Amino acid sequence: MGAEPQAAAGNDFTARAPKALNDPTLRANFRRAMDGLMSKRAAQFADTPAWEALRARGAAAKARVLARLPELLVELEENCRANGIEVHWAESIPEANAIVLEILRAAGARTVIKGKSMVSEEMELNHHLAAHGIQAVESDLGEYIIQLAGEAPSHIVMPCIHKNKAEIAQLFAERIPGLGYTEDVDALTAAARAELRGRFAAADAGISGVNFAVAETGTLVLVENEGNGRLSTTLPPLHIALMGIEKLVETLEDLPPLLALLPRSATGQHITTYVNMITHPRRPGELDGPEKVHLVLLDSGRSRVFGDDQLRDTLRCIRCGACMNHCPVYSRVGGHTYKFVYPGPIGKILTPQLEGLDCAGDQPHASTLCNACVEVCPVKIPIADILVRLREESVRPGHSGAVKGGGARRSWLETLSWRGWMLIYSRPWMGRLAAWGMTRFGNLLPERLPLLKAWTSVRAKPRFAAKSLHELAREQGYCDE
Amino acid sequence: MAQPATDIRLHAKPERVYYFGTCVIDLFYPGAGLAGMELLRREGIKVVFPPDQGCCGQPARNSGYMDEARAVALRQMEAFPNDWPIVVPSGSCAGMMKTHYPDLFKGRPDYERAVAFSARVHELTAFLVNVLHITLEDKGPPVTVTWHGSCHSMREMGVVDEPKSLLRQLANVTLVENPREKECCGFGGTFSVRQPEISAAMVGDKIQALEETGAARVVSGDCGCLMNIGGALEKAGKSMRPQHIAEFLLERGHGR
Repeated sequence: MGAEPQAAAGNDFTARAPKALNDPTLRANFRRAMDGLMSKRAAQFADTPAWEALRARGAAAKARVLARLPELLVELEENCRANGIEVHWAESIPEANAIVLEILRAAGARTVIKGKSMVSEEMELNHHLAAHGIQAVESDLGEYIIQLAGEAPSHIVMPCIHKNKAEIAQLFAERIPGLGYTEDVDALTAAARAELRGRFAAADAGISGVNFAVAETGTLVLVENEGNGRLSTTLPPLHIALMGIEKLVETLEDLPPLLALLPRSATGQHITTYVNMITHPRRPGELDGPEKVHLVLLDSGRSRVFGDDQLRDTLRCIRCGACMNHCPVYSRVGGHTYKFVYPGPIGKILTPQLEGLDCAGDQPHASTLCNACVEVCPVKIPIADILVRLREESVRPGHSGAVKGGGARRSWLETLSWRGWMLIYSRPWMGRLAAWGMTRFGNLLPERLPLLKAWTSVRAKPRFAAKSLHELAREQGYCDE
Repeated sequence: MAQPATDIRLHAKPERVYYFGTCVIDLFYPGAGLAGMELLRREGIKVVFPPDQGCCGQPARNSGYMDEARAVALRQMEAFPNDWPIVVPSGSCAGMMKTHYPDLFKGRPDYERAVAFSARVHELTAFLVNVLHITLEDKGPPVTVTWHGSCHSMREMGVVDEPKSLLRQLANVTLVENPREKECCGFGGTFSVRQPEISAAMVGDKIQALEETGAARVVSGDCGCLMNIGGALEKAGKSMRPQHIAEFLLERGHGR
């Protein structure tokens, strides 16, 4: 609440929100899309005991990974290498970008076709490659649309969910030569497809994300609906897969529950159209597949998250986006208000941990702690408890050091307020005195007081009762045992 | 988190219960607090309101001020010394005491005490339905109401159908459920003043969804939500009236 921490870079979520809130088209786009996603997901998990059993398996599989992440990463590396996949470790984003650039340069690659990858968004890879003369084209339809528009994803699964049909029709008419304005979805898809087909065939390299990497077998699993992921990873002679170090599973047997949870939670689909399992580059005698496959493992703050027993659960995330689809805040402000790569509830807990509480310490406060996200998370991440923990870290004196920028939001005014509150409610005589005072004089407080002003912008001023419940209960004999 | 002890022993009707009035009810809605006690007393139960009680500690806990929250939580545990059930006319405060007290004292000397305390906490409507198996009489005129379930009541206490089953017992009351019942009203304690614009958008959508039911009243089990929703209804000049379920049930029994 103090003025100084909000001034830090990125700490202006509250200031950005009104822009989205006052855009009726954007509000309607999100409301409609999120309503649809919520009902589709609900239909997939109508059988509550089956859902609970399935998510328990999914959560357990990811919890087992986090219990022994370092050794599993080594196991993954060994098995990938044995399969002929080259493995690279990147501690930071600049390092990851340098690795990708080096691989592409060594292969003489000038054009890249990309499957969807949130890690590449973290890296701002397209900008980095463009700055070095390499053109990367997004092949996921949603990503393709926002690349045309020069925008960032507003959702981790459906990156252009903030746009409606008319907006996309307008964009295509302006940017795709020869295509007039049409809202016919088939015509729009066909236009994008025609544009992309040639790009797939001509690309020197394909870059993709990874949904799950199987440590036991060194297999990279990629789920998608458009076939663009398969084309990006099989057609060009070189494939580079990017993944955060947490996206592992121990064995192939862990995949079925997670593959059952991911698309149902994300888009309400029973299964995605494509499930790609990549285990090695093209072998002698094989007719297709890339000649080289590289895997880049990105840390970028994740091992710090891993280091804390409670915060570690953040890394269970399988990036389904169900938390944002069900978030009453996300559905009002949309993804761009969060400004960072991961919006919504998972973003509110992940971003401050990756970027620091000094940069994104306001995000954990952008929640009513309604628990809607916790209710639908397929791997049972205790998002609300982690939000509270991050709030604690951001105001704690001599903080634990678990999160970068701990203590950044501490203000004397707020600390003093909670101290006063504590005195009132931990000393009964003070509580009684305060209640007596508030019930007698509280209604005289002017509406222009800072907190009351915020409250009364759309609500009537709360009215203190003439007598507190304490007084009435005593009068009516409830206080006697 | 430790599993609170089971409540099997409470399936028999207790002779006495403690009542935790909550700080919001204490200052703003004492009528709702008294109504809850009266409903329990009518069932032949001795209701004790310990005068040393205050706030459950949730506002500080949710703001990250754990030491302050713990000091206040400890004081509440001291204020309810006997092994009687603690009935709370708020799903949110009950959720704090039931699910977060053990977390708050994890690894500390008072942990076991917090676990034992949390096992005694009951949300009022769930207690009326599941423990007391209450039968209600409706002497009031016909009225249409809609129900607002609070997030913490539903998702921390698991209380979803109990309050609605109480409303459905009333012969002259028509319950029209609104399709956005499970969506947060935008209160969120300090959220309402930390993120005033987002909170305003949420409560605006909420009162619209409530109004579309055509109900004359919105009934809820949480006065935080009611303060938010009721305040927004009043500011917007709407005729729909907010009311705590305890007050509503008592009123129907009296024919008012």
